Amino acid sequence: MSKSAANPSRQAAVGAQASGNAKVMNRYELTCRLVGKLQNGEAVIGGIGNTNFDLWAAGQRPENYYMLGSMGLACPIALGVAIAQPKRRVFALEGDGSLLMQLGCLSTIAARAPKNLAIVVFDNGVYQITGAQPTPAAGVADIVAIARASGIAVSAWAADEDDFDRLIAAALTAEAPSLIAVRIDTKPAVGATDRDPVQIRERFMRGIGVR
Amino acid sequence: MVVTKTGATETDWHAGIFRALKAADIRQIPYVPDAGHTDLILRANADPVMKAYPLTTEEEGIAAASGAWLGGERAVLLMQSSGVGNCINMLSLIAACRFPFVALVTMRGEWAEFNPWQVPMGRATQGVLELMGVSVRRISDTARAETEIAAALDDAFLGEQPVAVLFSQSLIGRKTWVK
Repeated sequence: MSKSAANPSRQAAVGAQASGNAKVMNRYELTCRLVGKLQNGEAVIGGIGNTNFDLWAAGQRPENYYMLGSMGLACPIALGVAIAQPKRRVFALEGDGSLLMQLGCLSTIAARAPKNLAIVVFDNGVYQITGAQPTPAAGVADIVAIARASGIAVSAWAADEDDFDRLIAAALTAEAPSLIAVRIDTKPAVGATDRDPVQIRERFMRGIGVR
Repeated sequence: MVVTKTGATETDWHAGIFRALKAADIRQIPYVPDAGHTDLILRANADPVMKAYPLTTEEEGIAAASGAWLGGERAVLLMQSSGVGNCINMLSLIAACRFPFVALVTMRGEWAEFNPWQVPMGRATQGVLELMGVSVRRISDTARAETEIAAALDDAFLGEQPVAVLFSQSLIGRKTWVK
């Protein structure tokens, strides 16, 4: 199906260089695990693509905002929300390809250092939605190393599902912004987000009580 | 302190702009700095409830300002005209979700410009914004600055439209310190 899946040596190289021994997991399953841990009205900003669709499929919480436009904007949107809502935890969910378009936002977030903001990066090394072409970073760059070097010190690869749970739990009480990167397979998303932008905006704003 | 052609000092008219931002309860000021925004950034940094923060690109600012609104706060984005070109696709977010949006844009490439590299984007700035659905105003007279900013803020946050206010390069004055 995907180029990298069809080319085991390239996929292996991604793992070896980018994420050490991190297990290849599934985006929908991990998103369900994350959503299952949210008990306090945490805001979740879903980035464009399959990341977004799996957030939708994991349960349409009113505190979810679904970003379906330009690539790379989930993290800076989440920054604006986190600054405006300092008592609420905010998660940005972003794909590796999208984040690569806005790597500078990691330093912007590190400089502002909102302790209530956590970023989850789903890394399959490909632009899955356009046909799973490998990103230029696949096999040569490491999202966690980039995040740490950008100033987000609390950045880690999730070794497996249990480790992901532990990292999310830590993010829920963290005193600094954090980034959790996960290696994922190239399975398609389980659902597809309803796209009406104004409805998405209003549902979120009512969901967090600012309307 | 620079005395402008109208006789007002730079501090005077920036004070007026800042008053308008305070009156509209602007809380977040994401910015890519420009010399013409220096005074405003200093004032915002000194304010106890405003949160001014630097960006690595204007694109982030479109998203951060939208996030501020989603979170219940009003934001104003500061940039130079060259940054408008960086934002084109990001402005889809504003148009699609019908977010209120205000950008204050200091112009380059239009008046006593020493750098030819600034001219193409300076010429295209207004057109690019309008093509993406942003209403464009211009301040060329410091005496009008506070009134124009206050109107833009109303049009954005009450009238629910995206607005960019261009600050004419002639307001900022001739740059002679780098050639």
